[in-house]
Amino acid sequence: MILGRRHGGGIIAVTFVIALLLTIAPLPDSVRYLRPDWVGLVLIYWCLAVPDRVGVGTGWGMGLLVDLLTGSLLGQHAMALAVVAFLTLKLHLRVRLFPVWQQALTVLVLLILHQLLSLWVSRFIGRPGPPFSYWAPSLLGMFIWPFIYIALRSLRRGFRIS
Amino acid sequence: MLLVTLSITLMMMDHRQNHIDSLRAGLSLLVYPLQLAVEMPGAVSEWFRESLATRRQLQEENASLRTQMLMLKARGQKLQALETENIRLRELLDSAFMIGERVLVAELMSVDLDPYKHQVLINKGELDKIYPGQPILDADGVMGQVVHVGPYTSTAILITDTSHALPVQVNRNGIRTIALGSGTINRLELPYIPNNADIQPGDLLVTSGLGGRFPPGYPVAVVQGVQHDPGRSFAAVVATPSAKLNRSREILLVWPGDTSTLETSSTGQTEAPLPPEEQLVAPEEAAATTEENP
Repeated sequence: MILGRRHGGGIIAVTFVIALLLTIAPLPDSVRYLRPDWVGLVLIYWCLAVPDRVGVGTGWGMGLLVDLLTGSLLGQHAMALAVVAFLTLKLHLRVRLFPVWQQALTVLVLLILHQLLSLWVSRFIGRPGPPFSYWAPSLLGMFIWPFIYIALRSLRRGFRIS
Repeated sequence: MLLVTLSITLMMMDHRQNHIDSLRAGLSLLVYPLQLAVEMPGAVSEWFRESLATRRQLQEENASLRTQMLMLKARGQKLQALETENIRLRELLDSAFMIGERVLVAELMSVDLDPYKHQVLINKGELDKIYPGQPILDADGVMGQVVHVGPYTSTAILITDTSHALPVQVNRNGIRTIALGSGTINRLELPYIPNNADIQPGDLLVTSGLGGRFPPGYPVAVVQGVQHDPGRSFAAVVATPSAKLNRSREILLVWPGDTSTLETSSTGQTEAPLPPEEQLVAPEEAAATTEENP
């Protein structure tokens, strides 16, 4: 049991690392603003799948790393992702039973919440409001959620993480 | 909830003061491997391109660099004579003079940061004695300044970031003003120019050095449009940065006022400012401005 647990932890960590890499991977200028919130998506999946292992603390830590990587205010994404993780934990029993498209809608709400919280923070410190395309990543996140879900689920089943 | 409170405290501390700069520096060490990993594909392809370049290409590049160096050298000779002359004249006037600054060549890492902030990541950090507030330039002009320093990397904001302001002066007649970032990569705003001021499209703006942070005399931007609205007391002036803010990969980090290692530094003086034009400096500025243009 303990061995399997450690093993699974490694896989979870690897998915988070990949998500972090994708967060800062250079993209052409035209699609830069459309980058989906990889860390948020992965975090939501693991909170749904293994809520007793990935939770608010993990969300906060990952958010802090995102802050460091993207050069935003230290704690901005940490707070937002911690709140997202908290809500996902609250909802996980219900959301798990939803069909995938319904899950995607829930994910959209959670991702928008993440963006909204970090927008509040950046408005609070006096940065100008972003254009309307600011919300595009959340929408895109909703559309790729089924793929993330299926990929991570097969990963989880393959390695029997629970 | 505890974590939310903690992050709000963190944000406040980060925003208000530099209490946790050391914390940020320490943590940035943690994410350095990630940044390197993202950087790697680009670096590898660059390495391939260089090592697979044909002999002919290299020869051509060599030849063109050689001519360029010759031209720069010729210009440098003249500059030296002018410099000594300038020093002599300034000694007569009893004023301080500084020839050049210590510089360090660094490279931007190909990493995307927050798309709504104009920031870049530099591959030099505290170990190279980089400090927060240090000006960065590229071959054509001022790019921005360093804001966070980690052990191996540092973050800089560009002059077009909305939170950036830069004291400048018009090279033609010495009018001083402040250039604010507009949030658009090719635009600076100069909101504090009176309607009757002598400024016109095509004017070169150079750093005035008045903030004490940027060395004086480096090109910043070219005035693009001036709009006089009689209903307002200030003219609406926009300028285009001369630095290639979103294209440069090699940048220069400057230590203003530090000429100590100028002789030993191999890269020193390679970035002589734009061809010296007549620069009329207001009398009260002559003392403050330690210009390098003869």
